[in-house]
Amino acid sequence: MAIPIVYNIRNLIVRRTTTAMTALGIALTVAVLVADVALVRGLRAVFQRSGNQLHILVLRKGSATELSSGISREIYGDLLFKAGIARNTAGEPLVSPEVVTVVNLPSVDSAKSLNVTLRGLTSFGVAMRDAGINRGRWFRAGQREIVVGRSVTRRYPHAQLGKRFRFGKGEWQVVGVMDGGQSALDNEIWGDLNQMSSDFNRAGNLSSVLVRAAAPAAVPALISSVDDDTRLNAAAIAERDYYDSQTAAGAPIQFLGILVSVIMAVGSGFAAMNTMYAAVSRRAQEIGTLRVLGFSRGHILVSFFIESLLLSLAGGLLGCLVALPLNHFRTAVGNMTTFSEIAFTFRVDVTAVLAGIAFALVMGTIGGLFPARAAARREILDALREV
Amino acid sequence: MFKHLPLVMKNILHNRRRSSLTIASIAASLSLLAVLMAIYQVLFLGGDSAPAQAFRLITHHKVSLAQFLPIAYVRQIQRVPGVKAATGWQWFGGSYRDAREPRNFFARFAVDPLQMFRVWPDYALPEQERMAFERERTGCVASRALANKFDWKLGERITLVGDGFPVTLDLSLVGIFDESAQAAVLYFNQDYLRQSLPAGSPQRDMVSQVMVQADRVDTPHVAEAIDALFEDSPDPTKTESERVFLLNFISFLGNFKLFLAAICGAVSFTLLLVSGNTLSMSVRERVREIAVLKTLGFNASTILGIVLGEAAVIALAGGLIGSSLAGLLCGVIRHAAPPFIPGIKTLAVTPLIAVLSLTVALLIGLVSALLPALSAARTSISNSLRHTG
Repeated sequence: MAIPIVYNIRNLIVRRTTTAMTALGIALTVAVLVADVALVRGLRAVFQRSGNQLHILVLRKGSATELSSGISREIYGDLLFKAGIARNTAGEPLVSPEVVTVVNLPSVDSAKSLNVTLRGLTSFGVAMRDAGINRGRWFRAGQREIVVGRSVTRRYPHAQLGKRFRFGKGEWQVVGVMDGGQSALDNEIWGDLNQMSSDFNRAGNLSSVLVRAAAPAAVPALISSVDDDTRLNAAAIAERDYYDSQTAAGAPIQFLGILVSVIMAVGSGFAAMNTMYAAVSRRAQEIGTLRVLGFSRGHILVSFFIESLLLSLAGGLLGCLVALPLNHFRTAVGNMTTFSEIAFTFRVDVTAVLAGIAFALVMGTIGGLFPARAAARREILDALREV
Repeated sequence: MFKHLPLVMKNILHNRRRSSLTIASIAASLSLLAVLMAIYQVLFLGGDSAPAQAFRLITHHKVSLAQFLPIAYVRQIQRVPGVKAATGWQWFGGSYRDAREPRNFFARFAVDPLQMFRVWPDYALPEQERMAFERERTGCVASRALANKFDWKLGERITLVGDGFPVTLDLSLVGIFDESAQAAVLYFNQDYLRQSLPAGSPQRDMVSQVMVQADRVDTPHVAEAIDALFEDSPDPTKTESERVFLLNFISFLGNFKLFLAAICGAVSFTLLLVSGNTLSMSVRERVREIAVLKTLGFNASTILGIVLGEAAVIALAGGLIGSSLAGLLCGVIRHAAPPFIPGIKTLAVTPLIAVLSLTVALLIGLVSALLPALSAARTSISNSLRHTG
């Protein structure tokens, strides 16, 4: 029979000050890691909700982003006749010519202005997206009207329904707030293609063309038919893949967060080891007694190891609790692909919590293994003789 | 207190394992704290930027960086009083060799060769190389860091394939300049880019930004004068110092200031818990020993001094090791961080940071030892002797 776990729990409770302080140290380390994981999970969630599996995005060959791409109207005309494109009920091909740029708006976070993605498109582009109107209405063709994403209205005091503000060559009226289902579209401002092109001197030159394939099976063929057409000088990418690659926006913060939590873990691991060594030396007589009662060295080893794991588990759970209020906390990072902000919420989900607890257990393992071995190696008579 | 230093050292060495574990754990946390403080210092407390950088301004489109300025602005800016030199600064994305290999990425800009080294007087380059750059239409100059990275020699052929610009440029390296930031950057002649573009292309008449070297005296007013010039034009400008511009760019990547402050707080608090815990543990376990000292005639204040001294020595040792570790970490970050982050290439544990870290260590050591030390000094001898650890 192994030494009952109650023995370990009681021991931790008896030395409650030391237990609490060690567990708190582990908890803060875990909280930093959980916050970091939650940030990346939240950011990834935004991009995973973006993009339709039937859609392909056509950019100029060599351009990795819509912002640096340029496609002429003639190429758009050629694209309309590719095979495998889905059609609407009126029989028109679902192809959306778009102009993408960024504008600078004062945000809630800083008095300094931040970039917001601006997209000019036609009714085709609007119909192809899964975005709905939350308040107000869609913009009308030929009017200086814009619709703003939900995240944009939250973060930019200027971009409110009914307000007018200035960019390009004049003032624009906000006529609606769109709901992109927490996808990247929530971070954009939309307006009429032709109005935007002329405001940004882009007449004749589009940024990108979005194409819907008739069926998922037609997507690869459509992509290669665009890539292989040398006249077009264009390259196609699945819309999903385009957004997936943008998750890299969180990479600098993610890297810093992991570095910080690993170094903190080294410190907390040493502290846990210290606590466990102290526990072993305090309970020398107890260890001797346990051995006299017939528990083996293995039992002692396992028992102290479990105690260390319990200690770190308590720290891990506490750490997750500390990080929990971050859940749904809204923030934004810069996206190097769109050169504008992407807003997202922290997601303290199961993955983040499991990562935190696993991290705590690793600290407990490192901190507990050597002290437990030291306890198991004690000679019975020496242990009993110690005061 | 120093009289009892040998006793303090004996006590520390008595339980070597505990002392070294405590020192190691303080060192780990403190190294992190020192690195974060060093980053905060170079980013937000100015660091020590060269005067040439302090007087360098960048003029960009008021609406956004992605919108370009008419090239005619450069001449107009050059005539603004207080402007020493100005050049169009055209970001040329594109790719060098295989763009999928991140190693092949470096910053490349089209500039006016006649103005460039007057806008960047801090870039050092031999006279004949500068003249070759001014003379040769397809010439380019690279920073020392970039030339070393690809092992380029003068005369090297460098081919850049454009993405935003539909051109392929065949450049030849005519100069290698030295600069303090150790950035990987290449500059080439804007005329070559312009002439390679098809006639009538709107890109011919635009520059992405204008870089300006202002007179020493009145930099903010020069910036205002430039912006006033274009206020009512279709392309209004925003002029700011290079440093402010780069910091805005960093804050665009995320709220680093808050992030750094939050982490510093968490680390300090963890440090307090960890060291407080171990130091008070070691005092509590020696209650009997302290009673023996009292019996031998040591008074309460001496005992307090001995216990506090022990904590101070351990904390300082952790602080010293932590600061040295932080120095190593700073070296790694200097090497790995992208060069556009202002001051990052000068990141180091400065004397200020070292003193600050040691002070934090000492304070945490003393604070966490004070309570158990006081209670140990106050307890009556008979009670203490009866105490079982």
